[in-house]
Amino acid sequence: MLEISSLCKSFGGLQASQSVTLTVPQGGITSLIGPNGAGKTTLFALITGFHRPDSGSVRFLGEDITGLPPEAIAKRGMIRTFQTVQPFAGQTVRENIAVGAHLKIRDRAQALAKAEAVARQVGLGDRLDMDAGSLTVAGRKRLEVARALATDPKLILFDEVLAGLNPSEIRDVIPVINAIRDAGVTILLIEHVMQAVMSLSDYTWVLNQGAIIAEGPPKDVVSDPHVIEAYLGKGMAERIAKREAASA
Amino acid sequence: MKTDTKLLMLIVVFGLIGLAPVLITQDSLLNIVIMTLYAALLGQAWNILGGYGGQVSFGHAAYFGTGAYTVAVLQVQFGINPWIGLAVGGLAAAAVGAFIGFCTFRYGLRGSYFALVTLAFAEVLRILSNSVDFTGAGVGLLIPLERSAANFQFASKAEFFWVIWVMTFAAFLTVWKIGNSRFGAQLTAVRDNEDAARALGVDAFRVKMGAIMLSGFFAGLAGVFYAQYFLYLDPHIAYGAAISVESLLVPIIGGMGTLFGPLLGAAFLHGLSELSRAVIGDAPGVSLVLYGVLLVIMVLFVPRGLAGLMSHLRGGKPPVSRAGGGKGHA
Ligand SMILES: Nc1ncnc2c1ncn2[C@@H]1O[C@H](COP(=O)(O)OP(=O)(O)O)[C@@H](O)[C@H]1O
Ligand SMILES: [Mg+2]
Repeated sequence: MLEISSLCKSFGGLQASQSVTLTVPQGGITSLIGPNGAGKTTLFALITGFHRPDSGSVRFLGEDITGLPPEAIAKRGMIRTFQTVQPFAGQTVRENIAVGAHLKIRDRAQALAKAEAVARQVGLGDRLDMDAGSLTVAGRKRLEVARALATDPKLILFDEVLAGLNPSEIRDVIPVINAIRDAGVTILLIEHVMQAVMSLSDYTWVLNQGAIIAEGPPKDVVSDPHVIEAYLGKGMAERIAKREAASA
Repeated sequence: MKTDTKLLMLIVVFGLIGLAPVLITQDSLLNIVIMTLYAALLGQAWNILGGYGGQVSFGHAAYFGTGAYTVAVLQVQFGINPWIGLAVGGLAAAAVGAFIGFCTFRYGLRGSYFALVTLAFAEVLRILSNSVDFTGAGVGLLIPLERSAANFQFASKAEFFWVIWVMTFAAFLTVWKIGNSRFGAQLTAVRDNEDAARALGVDAFRVKMGAIMLSGFFAGLAGVFYAQYFLYLDPHIAYGAAISVESLLVPIIGGMGTLFGPLLGAAFLHGLSELSRAVIGDAPGVSLVLYGVLLVIMVLFVPRGLAGLMSHLRGGKPPVSRAGGGKGHA
């Protein structure tokens, strides 16, 4: 569904993406993990047209979309959310979600009705007339999900929708994401919460310092020495292995 | 407030204003109502782009002056009927809006950069109109007196009243429609967060272009009306800073991004300027000083304008001090 090949981007001297190649198959949940500053958000911005890649290509549904503006990519059915939530503050939750609904629906009343239905789906049904700016962090994350979902997308890129939530809020949001997948929407997920990655995604890509260092089913990837080193520092994989051998 | 309630209120309010020529027989009083409607038209024009679109313009005189000069030049130099000039003037102003919008939005100018460039465009037009012959240059243009309805020069104030009433009502209905449409939803989304809007598929450039052209069109109509009402124009009147200031002051006082804000602002401003004229007299510059002081007071203490203040007093949302202005409930 989504094929990224040899995508490069540098900010001044910093290589934020180093020849990233990655694919997302139709259906299911694919995840993208990596330590802070690895370049995950940058990769999302490259895919969705917010940054222009220095080289490489992005193909979506078989078409080359490299360099298209964000709105053109959204119209094709790929929608991103933002790690730092971006509500239309001063507008109600319903109005916020309706902006997404208007991508496919011209009529105002129909878009508002769709917004209401989507709000229920993500658990915002009781806050429809609330100012989006006064939502809690968890509420804002749900709003990001709702707005994206209201566009009727084929592929959603979630950028850390679980970050900043407490464990019980995470438990509440995971079924929402699963339900979106079950409705036939493909999901690419950036996530820090390991437990979420393990329970949600079918396949995982690991990014470190702008480059893909591992890929595979989440279970295998988390025990990959390269991944452990990327997360915990050099030499950690070896020490863990030694300790395990000693205790065996 | 629900949108149908707003429409009903709009019809009632303009219906009541429509009683003015019936109830008011004194020309000088009717003149105040006419100038208030005219200011509301100009302010509503600005409000489309600045209030709903969040693109603060310091140069709305560019559209006003283009409308005014178009109708005047067509009459004086080409003998074209001003009713035709009315349509051409509005469209010419919209075209100027399209040009300025293209030059600024294409390159992503926002905030104070956008504001300064609009100011520069108005200044360029002022200087141009001051130096070319067909606008009468610095001397200005006098539209020959030929009172007849067919000539958009009425013998009575009441007839002028109906013309500006229709124009202003049309502008307000348009803005009501904007507040109840996909275009309006996308416009306010771009105002509140352009990146988030684009991520949801909103073509921010197109939406802003639509807003600046509509805004230019209605400001152009105000200019046409002004030219026909006073029958005289010069570069300073048409493209001067006073018009730009008035067009932004009206919605800022009344409430940016609200349907009724420009009407409240216009009534307040004209009430005040009549008062100041009565008290201080017609000294030059007094109104500008007054406007400046008022602007500071409003921005500091009543950021959501009179409309926001009213909904607050009725127990609505508290006034939020936030750039771009909240969408109030007026
Ligand atoms: N617009 C930008 N300009 C300069 N540097 C940037 C920009 N965006 C991101 N970076 C840098 O690129 C690196 C990757 O950032 P990011 O993609 O946000 O990482 P992640 O989402 O994996 O935490 C960081 O070092 C960050 O400081
Ligand atoms: Mg990130």
